[in-house]
Amino acid sequence: MNGLALLLSRLQFAFTISFHIIFPSFSIGLAAWLTILEALHLATGRPVYRRVFEFWLKIFGVAFGMGVVSGIVMAFQFGTNWEVLARMTGPIQGVLLAYETFTAFFLEASFFGILLFGRPRVPPWFYLFSTAMVALGTTLSAFWIMANNSWMQAPMGDVLENGAFVPTDWAKIVFSPVLWVRFPHMLLASFITGAFCVAATGAWYVLRGKFPAEAYVMLRMGLFLAAILVPVQIFFGHLNGDYVHDYQPAKFAAIEARWHDEQPAGEVLIAIPDEQTQTNYFEIKIPVLGSLIGSMSLDSKEVGLTDFPRNDWPPVFIPFWSFRIMVGCGLIMLLLAWVGSYLSVKQRLERSRLLLWLIFLSFPLPFIAILTGWFTAEVGRQPWTVYGVLRTADSLTPFLTAQAALISLIVFCLVYALIFVFGAVYIHYLLRVGPVGRLAEPPANAIPNRPLSVVDEPVMTNAQYGTAGE
Amino acid sequence: MVWYWVFVLALSVLLYVLLDGFDLGIGILFGLTRDEAKRRAMMATVAPVWDGNETWLVVAGVVLWGAFPVVYATLFSAFYLALLLMLAGLILRGVAFEFRYKAERMRPVWDLGFAGGSLVAAFIQGMMVGALVEGLPIANGQYVGGEFGWLSAFSLMCGVGLCLGYALLGACWLVRKGEGELRESAYRLIPYLSIGLFIFLIVVFGYALAENLRVISRWLERPYLFVFPAIGAVAAIVLALSVRRRRHEPPFYMVSLIFAAAFGTLAISFWPYMIPFSITIEDAAAPHSSLAFMFWGAGLFVFPLMLIYTVISYSVFRGKVTSSGSGY
Repeated sequence: MNGLALLLSRLQFAFTISFHIIFPSFSIGLAAWLTILEALHLATGRPVYRRVFEFWLKIFGVAFGMGVVSGIVMAFQFGTNWEVLARMTGPIQGVLLAYETFTAFFLEASFFGILLFGRPRVPPWFYLFSTAMVALGTTLSAFWIMANNSWMQAPMGDVLENGAFVPTDWAKIVFSPVLWVRFPHMLLASFITGAFCVAATGAWYVLRGKFPAEAYVMLRMGLFLAAILVPVQIFFGHLNGDYVHDYQPAKFAAIEARWHDEQPAGEVLIAIPDEQTQTNYFEIKIPVLGSLIGSMSLDSKEVGLTDFPRNDWPPVFIPFWSFRIMVGCGLIMLLLAWVGSYLSVKQRLERSRLLLWLIFLSFPLPFIAILTGWFTAEVGRQPWTVYGVLRTADSLTPFLTAQAALISLIVFCLVYALIFVFGAVYIHYLLRVGPVGRLAEPPANAIPNRPLSVVDEPVMTNAQYGTAGE
Repeated sequence: MVWYWVFVLALSVLLYVLLDGFDLGIGILFGLTRDEAKRRAMMATVAPVWDGNETWLVVAGVVLWGAFPVVYATLFSAFYLALLLMLAGLILRGVAFEFRYKAERMRPVWDLGFAGGSLVAAFIQGMMVGALVEGLPIANGQYVGGEFGWLSAFSLMCGVGLCLGYALLGACWLVRKGEGELRESAYRLIPYLSIGLFIFLIVVFGYALAENLRVISRWLERPYLFVFPAIGAVAAIVLALSVRRRRHEPPFYMVSLIFAAAFGTLAISFWPYMIPFSITIEDAAAPHSSLAFMFWGAGLFVFPLMLIYTVISYSVFRGKVTSSGSGY
């Protein structure tokens, strides 16, 4: 076993998948938001909804395209770096990811084209239907990915035969109780991401005194959606905690930085956990709350990490802190969404510049929450890839050398950095320009396979946008 | 059930080779000209379809994983650095399609990414096929060749060969889609590329005979295999005639036929192995429960719909692209 190759492969997977998840989570949320806008446009006939729709469709195109490009690598690196895992879990993971590709391709190819070029050619109800189908496609994609990951977190419906996981009951895999709390959690996270980015953009325009009508729609709708969705998300977050508590007690103990059994258990709010001494420094702890959160009782016994063999422990520091950062982001978003919605109802939002600034600056929060949430889930399930059955160290390609792993890590970092910087700069440019102008009229021979082509119109020239390039 | 997925996989790979083949070929030809108008027109002939073409690679990849996990795991880990380069090439050329027109100062970077990425991706694909023909070092179902087990004079040669082949396919696509000077210069390239490819085939065949590769002995055991080269030869003659007469449509179809014949030759000379000559289709297939679950949704409904959709996209995109090439 090559420890360095293992470490580098894990870093590579963490880097590529973290980079990738930013774009799908944004585009899933945007697709749902576009569906709402188009429905409102159809119901009220107000042109402002259509302008906002076409503006966000451009952003969606870029985010979606970046997600597709960065996702190609995912389909390959299970085989390149995790040969044993790919071989053993192919009958389940390969099948679920094949479904992801097939559904995504089909819904993307058929209906995204209509979104881009079909407005003059199809009846309005069909255009709305196509928008909804694109949203459904992104949602189904997320479903298959979550089905795959949830099976790894809590394997069920399979037997291990001749060194491979053989599916025996697909219903158990696809209707796993773990999946059906984790999938809504991810979906809501994406919706909230969309809502906050939209609201932040609206706040930005209000602060700059631009596009008042569009900014008002973005700000109001984004905040209202978030005000409803964030509490629901917190509820699903709690349900996720329950599944971790029941299926992955070692992960739960790591998230809570609970080293020894406690009855009733306290809840560590903040601390610096230390694995060597198995204690927490600078700990702030509330008694009994740990039992309440873990088991909804005042006197339950909650297990500590020392109950588990030392080599089955997950790292503690990362899950502990990433979980708290995620929750912190969630609470800040809840506060902003509620205060913002309240002031918006009272017609005072446009005048409270401090709150507008805070909303504008809050756009990274949902992304940070999603990333830290995934860090909690994925670092916390170590040392396993298929929980309790296959260890991460045993999943690695046995003959992978550290230098090959290092080369691939560097190449992916460089390529992704190049694309990411350009993509981010371009989205920023589109947001700066704002909801002006129409969508480009489709060229006569245009067909729909290219999401980014929706923004063919504005070209970043040096005069318009000094920082582009280099 | 196993045979259905063999069919889906084979068709996806063939479609990928033909479709992404011509647009990778255009990427290679793109690097040979400095003329901005030509470059724009060249990109315009593939811009609406390249993304869909590349989808077939991902489809082939995930079908391979779901239906034949052993092959997926063995091949992908064996070709570690090769796949890395291919992916980097494909990503760079992919984003170049969009980014090239969105930033003026960065354009040379994206142009380099487009031509270089296409060339690297094509070269690596040829090299991997060459390594498979030569036989990967595999012992007890495990790859034992090390980081560069796929690198040999033969596989390098196959890399060059596929670049020539893709460039030829690309030139024929330009003949079909382009106009004026663009089409004429593509016509002029075809004979050189064809002769290059022909020489390559002779060298490969000679090498295979000299090294006594196992593939050759299978040819002697199965003489009916010569049907495929015969089809290829007929296609090559029709290609030569149609280029002389400056016909627009036939060259592309003839080169596609040559590719399909080559693909058929390889597939049947490997048969029943998926990784020659160590892992068979039967060894590699996923359990029945996996194949059946995929079949009743993705296999039976989505796959045929994808094929129909591909046909529709191309018929929507029929006709010429003007050489002024305003944007796309």
